[in-house]
Amino acid sequence: MTAAPPDLECRAVTKAFADFVAVRGVDFSVPAGSFFSILGPSGCGKTTLLRMIAGFADPSSGEILIKGRSMREVPPNRRPVNMVFQHLALFPMMSVGENVAFGLRRRKVMPAEITRRVEDVLARVGLAGMSGRRIEQLSGGQKQRVAIARCMVLEPDVLLLDEPLGALDLKLREHMKVELKKLQSEFRTTFVYITHDQSEALVMSDTVAVMNHGVFEQVGSPRDLYFQPATAFVAGFVGDANRWQGRVEALSGNAVSIRTEDGLVLRAHAADGALAASDAVAVFVRPEAITLSREPAAMLGLDTGIAATITGILFNGANSRALVKVAGQREFEVAIPQTGAFAGLSVGDVVHLGWRADQARAYRAPRP
Amino acid sequence: MTASPAIRRITLALLLAPLMLWLGLLVVIPHIDMLLLSFTEKTGVRQYQPGLANYRTFFVEPVYWTIFLRTALMSILATLLTLVIGFPVAYFIAKLARGRSKAFLFLLCLVPFWVSELVRTFGWMILLRETGLVSGALQALGLVSGPVELLYNDAAIMVGLVYTSMLFMVVPLITALDSLDDSFIEAGYDLGGSGWSILREIVIPHAMPGIVSGSIVVFMLSLGNYLTPVLLGGKDSLWFTGAIYTQFITRFNWEQGAAFGMLLLVLSSLIVWLGLKLSGQTLSRTVG
Repeated sequence: MTAAPPDLECRAVTKAFADFVAVRGVDFSVPAGSFFSILGPSGCGKTTLLRMIAGFADPSSGEILIKGRSMREVPPNRRPVNMVFQHLALFPMMSVGENVAFGLRRRKVMPAEITRRVEDVLARVGLAGMSGRRIEQLSGGQKQRVAIARCMVLEPDVLLLDEPLGALDLKLREHMKVELKKLQSEFRTTFVYITHDQSEALVMSDTVAVMNHGVFEQVGSPRDLYFQPATAFVAGFVGDANRWQGRVEALSGNAVSIRTEDGLVLRAHAADGALAASDAVAVFVRPEAITLSREPAAMLGLDTGIAATITGILFNGANSRALVKVAGQREFEVAIPQTGAFAGLSVGDVVHLGWRADQARAYRAPRP
Repeated sequence: MTASPAIRRITLALLLAPLMLWLGLLVVIPHIDMLLLSFTEKTGVRQYQPGLANYRTFFVEPVYWTIFLRTALMSILATLLTLVIGFPVAYFIAKLARGRSKAFLFLLCLVPFWVSELVRTFGWMILLRETGLVSGALQALGLVSGPVELLYNDAAIMVGLVYTSMLFMVVPLITALDSLDDSFIEAGYDLGGSGWSILREIVIPHAMPGIVSGSIVVFMLSLGNYLTPVLLGGKDSLWFTGAIYTQFITRFNWEQGAAFGMLLLVLSSLIVWLGLKLSGQTLSRTVG
């Protein structure tokens, strides 16, 4: 492995505004050719971070490096990054070809060369021969591809994407996720993608950073985030989870026994370091991690096993859930495996539920 | 609505009535009268016959078409100057100013129009006349040895025209620039554009409808302005509206005045049409 610098590196980047801090000491690096996502709820500072990378805002402190070169004092039009804007910002007064050629014209490329490269990049995004079209004649998916082509024709070191799929309808969004991932692996360009949609981040990314209140809560592969969330925020934000508040009753190492506020006793894994007895904790169990059975015997070998009554069925195809309730306690959700075995499940049935201790993750409760 | 067709027709008629009355009584009927008048020749005392003599006068007498040409060129220049000065103002208000300062700046553009045009023009006279403020200041600074007359020249007319027209340029420009999303400008920078190339390729094409409609209004207002050229330009102002005034009021030659009025209407429409053709715009796109 040579010591090539990462395509993008942020060192302790902070952005403070007059009345709040939008980004607080963010450190990360993105290796060449990877798909890096920043996932967070709106207002978490991800857009501010992206705008600092693009050069539209200056960090209050810290440094941004692209291919090892500091971007301090480098204006946006001189940075080797390009951005796909949230609403794409395709110039409506220009044709598709003129949009794509805009950056090349600025670089004083010869007209014949521009035509060749525009046609070439349009072909690569599947829009061959469309350069004469007007922007308003394109479909939503085609506009996305023009926006990407307009950046990629400039061969940037890093392509920034600011929630470009947000405005699309569900079906097209699902389709574009796959397409974006494909385009990224074809172009082999580093993509930095920001979104509040976890599924976009999980499906497309090599690495995802979960951001909240201006800091990175966790940086890891989509699997890591899903199976080993480092903080309570990540556990609650990435994927769905049932959440209980409770106190530690007993513990040995990382295995803890927890009594929830409404009296449920469950075994869990202490996910953020050592806990002590009677510590307040939040426990997260994913609906799809819960084993559902009509037979109590199926719970043998699981660390937590409870019997509950079905109070509701939320049918949603593959994502169907059952609402279940143990008498006197709060309802929670359990995924229904669509193998056919539970097709007859109905409200009032008594079912047996269980999960392994490492599928219930306990975090020290944030102080109220 | 469940109203019967008859009621709906009456409602529509009532809604359109004020507009129709205004257009009919104040625009259409006088113009028809003017048109008929302009084709009437005076052959003797209270003796008239139809003819083209009044129009012939305009083209045969160099003084008249020269005055018209001068008025048109000065108006075009005033329009261009207003655009060049108004564009940065509109850009600042629409794109750079935020919140309260935006409303405040816009109000500042509006404030002069709370005072009548006559008073505003007298204001310029107070500044520019021989014993005026500018002349006095120049003398006090020792830049000139005696009083300077800054009134009664073309520059004074130009200043007055640009000043009077500014709002009518700035408002359509603000409207046009307001609708330009900031991300277009940012995308331009992101793709390597410089400020100048973004202005030329993104901002100006986007603002074109505003530029065209503002320019048409300013051009027409300047061409049809009477007060400013007469007061700031003096009797040598040679403005075409002045020539019309002379025919109607001084010479009492209504037939000639009507012909000049018609020529002003037709020729100015022709110039606007030419301007639209040259800039590749259409009226419907500007208005729509």
